[in-house]
Amino acid sequence: MNRYFNEAIETAPRNQLFHLQSYNLSRTVYHAYNNMPMYRKRMDEAGVKPEDIQSVSDLKKLPFTYKQDLRDNYPYGMFAVPPEELQRIHASSGTTGKQTVVGYTKHDVDIWAECVARALVAAGADENDFVQVCYGYGLFTGGLGLHYGAEKMGATVIPASTGNTARQLTMLQDFKSSIICCTPSYALYLADSLRDLGIPLDSIHLKAGIFGAEPWTENMRREIEERLHIKAYDIYGLSEISGPGVAYDCECQNGMHVNEDHFIIEIIDPITGEVLPDGEQGEVVFTCITKEALPLIRYRTHDIASITHEKCECGRTFVRMTKPCGRSDDMLIIRGVNVFPSQIESVLLSCGNVDPHYMIIVDRVNNTDTLEIQVEVSSANFSDKVRSFEAMAAQISASMQSVLGLSAKITFVEPNTIQRSEGKAKRVIDKRKLI
Amino acid sequence: MIIKQISIFVENKPGRLAEITEIIAKNNINIRALCVADTTHFGILRIIVDNPEEVERILKDAGLTVSITSVITACIHDKPGGLASVLKLFADNGIQIEYMYAFIAKSDNEAYVVMRIEDEDTAAKLLHANGFVGMND
Repeated sequence: MNRYFNEAIETAPRNQLFHLQSYNLSRTVYHAYNNMPMYRKRMDEAGVKPEDIQSVSDLKKLPFTYKQDLRDNYPYGMFAVPPEELQRIHASSGTTGKQTVVGYTKHDVDIWAECVARALVAAGADENDFVQVCYGYGLFTGGLGLHYGAEKMGATVIPASTGNTARQLTMLQDFKSSIICCTPSYALYLADSLRDLGIPLDSIHLKAGIFGAEPWTENMRREIEERLHIKAYDIYGLSEISGPGVAYDCECQNGMHVNEDHFIIEIIDPITGEVLPDGEQGEVVFTCITKEALPLIRYRTHDIASITHEKCECGRTFVRMTKPCGRSDDMLIIRGVNVFPSQIESVLLSCGNVDPHYMIIVDRVNNTDTLEIQVEVSSANFSDKVRSFEAMAAQISASMQSVLGLSAKITFVEPNTIQRSEGKAKRVIDKRKLI
Repeated sequence: MIIKQISIFVENKPGRLAEITEIIAKNNINIRALCVADTTHFGILRIIVDNPEEVERILKDAGLTVSITSVITACIHDKPGGLASVLKLFADNGIQIEYMYAFIAKSDNEAYVVMRIEDEDTAAKLLHANGFVGMND
């Protein structure tokens, strides 16, 4: 069995990687400067010329890129190639109005698939495997990302997409899926369903799972492995950089290898922007060095993690990053959907008669994230009829579902009971314990 | 026949109803009739009082979420079939009741039924025409 999808690169000596990265970084900076007006403006303002970027060591001279930049250039304003070169559009999940839209050329889709293929092979996949992809297929990068990666490495794809757990279980049994790709909480939900339906574990044929799109812990990994009798591998990514496969677990399960021939990772102090050394926790920043359509430079992910350059026993020389252990902004990941409290607020306010006093309560019950939104009753929306409240809750719920793709339980509380504070109000109680 | 009812939002937590009735007591408000609608997370306390407009203001000043709505009252015989006589009248005339409650009157053999009806004027006319009287008649 191949242990690597691309052994030459995945185990390349560090100095060789450094030169490769430096070469590609320099090319990308020229490409961005010449084809992305925003980068030309930013670099001119910072007094940096493309020729100043000769190696990876020069990266810190470049300004950061933020999610807001993508929103400001919605939808296609940041693309560095003409439309005829684009092959694919994706957009970030769960956003309203200004989505974060990303584009790919044929080359970009191909390197993304290569990155995912490496992750699959590192998780023990080969041509004989049946890979059941239970991520959503659509604008979300999870489904198509794993799909193309599995095809690239020669496995057989079962494009199950999300939902309909009973059917997912039938496919697991009858189609003899050997690898499953989904969120870690859905893996546990499947384990619960198997138990509840009395389906014996030996009737399914899974050997491994590749889990991502939401934060999870080593404890969850152990629980998934024990309950499904599989090896559980982490996969990391974000659509702005490409999608899943930016970094991936190897058999050592001791940090995710970053596909460094395509993406340069930095860990920075989120306040000062200063680059932090190995082992120190900070905000993850990525620079794409091989992409054509959207080569983001020093993109602030807001994920908090640390990295290590220590050699991994698997033989890969790629730097490893820890599982993200938090966010440097207020983004929530609920059932794999990225959502900001401000988006929930705008949905609430669009429902009319709802005051901007609310509390978002996120919890994990039976391995599924729950979202409760407490809304204050006001004299404007108070009625003596229970039916009116039911209608209001149903309306808010339906808007949350259609705009954010999230189901939410709406509860009404008395006025002035949700804490007011000067400055930034506390709007979120996240009870999920990720230990 | 048509009177004003005060509705108060009550969050579903221990002691909240006691706190609210304490506010009502402190302001020397006499509750003539009441009903509580309960859901999983909250309740709606509906009360009939003298001087509802004044009571609404007092309770609002005390920080409660209050609304004032019109309800229909009808005096019925406090004997088997008393309530059915009103409901049959409404049913025959296609009048729907959102919610209702009843209490015994001070005089013997009589009770009052309080009903929330969308088209209260039609309902009141119908009751009048059939010889019913309300609390305030």
